[in-house]
Amino acid sequence: MSIVVDGLTKKYGEQKAVNNISFKVETGEVVGFLGPNGAGKSTTMKMITCYMAPSGGDVLLEGMSIHTHADQIKKRIGYLPENNPLYLDMPIIDYLRFSAEIQGVPGNKIPERIAEMVETCGLDVEKHKKIGELSKGYRQRVGLAQAMIHNPDVLILDEPTTGLDPNQIIEIRKLIKKLGKQKTVILSSHILSEVEATCDRILIINRGRIAADGTSATLRQQAQGQELLTVQIEGADGESLKKALLGLATVEKVDGVDGKADYFTVQSKPDQSSRKAVFDLCVSNKWCLLEMTGIETRLEDVFRELTN
Amino acid sequence: MDKTWIIAKRELASFFDSLIAYVMIILFLGMSGFFTWLFGNNIFLINQASLQVFFGIGFWTLFFFIPAITMRMLAEETRSGTIELLSTKAITDWQIVGGKFLACLLLVMIALFCTLPYYITVSQLGSVDHGGIIGGYLGLILLSSGYISIGLFASSVTNNQIVAFLMALFIGIFFQILFDVMGSSFRGGLGTAMNYLSMRAHFESLSRGVIDSRDIVYFLSITLVGLLFSQSMLSRRNWQG
Repeated sequence: MSIVVDGLTKKYGEQKAVNNISFKVETGEVVGFLGPNGAGKSTTMKMITCYMAPSGGDVLLEGMSIHTHADQIKKRIGYLPENNPLYLDMPIIDYLRFSAEIQGVPGNKIPERIAEMVETCGLDVEKHKKIGELSKGYRQRVGLAQAMIHNPDVLILDEPTTGLDPNQIIEIRKLIKKLGKQKTVILSSHILSEVEATCDRILIINRGRIAADGTSATLRQQAQGQELLTVQIEGADGESLKKALLGLATVEKVDGVDGKADYFTVQSKPDQSSRKAVFDLCVSNKWCLLEMTGIETRLEDVFRELTN
Repeated sequence: MDKTWIIAKRELASFFDSLIAYVMIILFLGMSGFFTWLFGNNIFLINQASLQVFFGIGFWTLFFFIPAITMRMLAEETRSGTIELLSTKAITDWQIVGGKFLACLLLVMIALFCTLPYYITVSQLGSVDHGGIIGGYLGLILLSSGYISIGLFASSVTNNQIVAFLMALFIGIFFQILFDVMGSSFRGGLGTAMNYLSMRAHFESLSRGVIDSRDIVYFLSITLVGLLFSQSMLSRRNWQG
């Protein structure tokens, strides 16, 4: 199911929480919303899931607008809100049945769906407990289970891994990856590695606008203007090494690394590479090049650059 | 209707799971039983085979108990955020409010049903006026539906249960007694309007066995207005600021 978001805007009083956002998500795509707190990720999700009416713009799910077809859209979306609110006094199975009934799953299919969700989300050990008695990780699984109980085409997950331990995070990610093969998934996070690990595409949202849109590789490439190397050279003292490196035609800047005399970070001039020059320099001076590593721009840097 | 019933079923189950239902029924029976049979102007003092006394007591006990069962209905959902999960499922705000209303009304009806032994006892003591009994029970149910819708509205305004409880009582006290008092101290149209708004007069004529469509319309209108307000408060997230 494709999602088209067109000029979506939400105002809280004077402040625009979401400001004219437009993007498109194709069927089977896993898209990650990335952004600092208060960037408008959750608000955007709340509008897509028909929880809140936008101040302007529209969202179309396979051609159906949230303004006119909210009831049909709600049936085909599974939503896990931020903080995973659940009825703590309900037993898991009862809660899943309740969710299935409300979502209009036919009565004779409900037991089957519940059994499937219990298995997929690994709830079997705890299935007779009340939700309030569960640990945070299990609650999160119940949240995922209720979102998927009616087998929706679109899954919208608002920070699905907050509060989980590393093992659980990896499990949930695996689950999302698996689901993403058949469904359209939008998830939000402010944890970069998570988005990178699970999503085909990343939307960086900042102050209610889309700051960047692309795969993690393209985003990195965009940000990576100049080549950056770390080198370790043996054979001369720090000062003369630095002077020699700066003397190279392609090098723009050389910085020492704290506490180590023979380590440097070398920044090249735009669109030029200094690898070969550094190697040649060492050879001609009979220095020993112990290490030369290219520093890959991390998504963190892209993120910081775009949102600061 | 179907979805409304699913909500109502869940709420009822949660009443009984959390003991609220038992506490409410026991307190209701205890209070109304005590005043009907043992204390003050009780049935034996009046020496008539009627449940007038019980209806008079029920009029007050329900006034206090209903806010206690409605207070958490929407307030708790907003506070814990479960309302977001609920309203993004295939259900309308009307069905949510309707389901919660239905659950509260059913709980009150269960409590009223438990007073059936009162009727049986009284009918053994002499010949009862069945019109009065039916009218009285109908009156209590209609009165409850009015107060439940007011309670739901109070619960939809705030996310604090205590505030919802006090607010429901505050709005309720106008209908319970203040409009009555004000009605007699104002003259002309205003006085008539206040008298009309008071629940007491409408309830009393019903509990005497006079089933008048005007009284029924009055209670149903209050219920409808209360539910309408609750629904629009619940949808206020869609309001454009």
